[in-house]
Amino acid sequence: MLLRSLQVPKREFEAGTGWTLKPEGACRGEVCVPMSQQVGDTVDVARVADELGMPLIDEKQFGLWALGPASIGSRALATAEAAELRLPDLNGNEFRLSSLRGQKVLLYAWAPY
Amino acid sequence: MWQALRHELHPKGFELVAVGLDTLGGDGCRVFIEAAKPEHPSLIDRHHVLADLFGVINIPSSVWIDERGMIVRPAEAAPAPPRPGDTGRPRVNLPSELPQRFVDIMSEASKIRNDAQAYHAALRDWVDRGAASRFALSPAEVVERSRPRDKAKSLGHAHFALASQLEIDGHHDAAVRHFREAHRLVPESWTFRRQAWSLERVIDGPLARFWQGPDPTHPETWPYAGDWLVDVRREGAENYNEPWRP
Repeated sequence: MLLRSLQVPKREFEAGTGWTLKPEGACRGEVCVPMSQQVGDTVDVARVADELGMPLIDEKQFGLWALGPASIGSRALATAEAAELRLPDLNGNEFRLSSLRGQKVLLYAWAPY
Repeated sequence: MWQALRHELHPKGFELVAVGLDTLGGDGCRVFIEAAKPEHPSLIDRHHVLADLFGVINIPSSVWIDERGMIVRPAEAAPAPPRPGDTGRPRVNLPSELPQRFVDIMSEASKIRNDAQAYHAALRDWVDRGAASRFALSPAEVVERSRPRDKAKSLGHAHFALASQLEIDGHHDAAVRHFREAHRLVPESWTFRRQAWSLERVIDGPLARFWQGPDPTHPETWPYAGDWLVDVRREGAENYNEPWRP
């Protein structure tokens, strides 16, 4: 996840990482990692990243940070529950994977190179 | 090809969501999407969040997700449906004398393993039978089959995200440094490598992004440890895709 600040709105952190911040901790599906402190509407990325084992790196001269994905369980997927995917189409309209609940979905990755 | 398959299966409660992984975004993907005229969602993923969130390391690949939003097959190679004719790609006018590098790339690409028959038979079985299909894996199997990821690989993903944004912002040299780190830390990712290689302008014209290797007259200027031909030959084209597992 790419960041331009280390204090980000909770919903932005959740959309970028796939982890939902709940009273019981940071959760993906049935997997919850307890947090040492409650997270409010703004996420202190450095602290939460540390507790979730997400590496955080920076390019300070360009005002950029990047957060690696969690590696809970040493697998790309911590749970079989699909992460919410929010991506734009060619016209910039955001699409949400969750809008297709009730249908079977084949998520197909391709590239023009 | 995918379009026809989607048309066939859509009435059975199936949808295809195509995601183009490209730092160049719509500039890179548009010509292909417009040629395909998709009726299904067709999205742009500039930072390869499909790698972060779903463990995608190669293209083309797929993730199967059921009606409740549960993954039933994690990222795996997704061969094109076995239909002759339309390739789904815009016709590129090949130069009359194709550079030897493209001849070599096409020769290697022709050796890449393709389990299209088995894959598409399994897909139709799942669409028809749902959870009763033996190709729909349990949640535990899905997690177990997803890519191994430790903190070093996760760090590689962070470098990739920085690299793609630096490239978008016009800081190419800084981007290269982070792409190189991503390649070192996540050596199994073809998408991380091919993305970076495709951003190096060695030749002009419609095939520029497929060159993916050094300039023969100035090989010392190539900024990466590998390139498409060197890496595919080293790892073996027949190993490019893992064999499809039922």
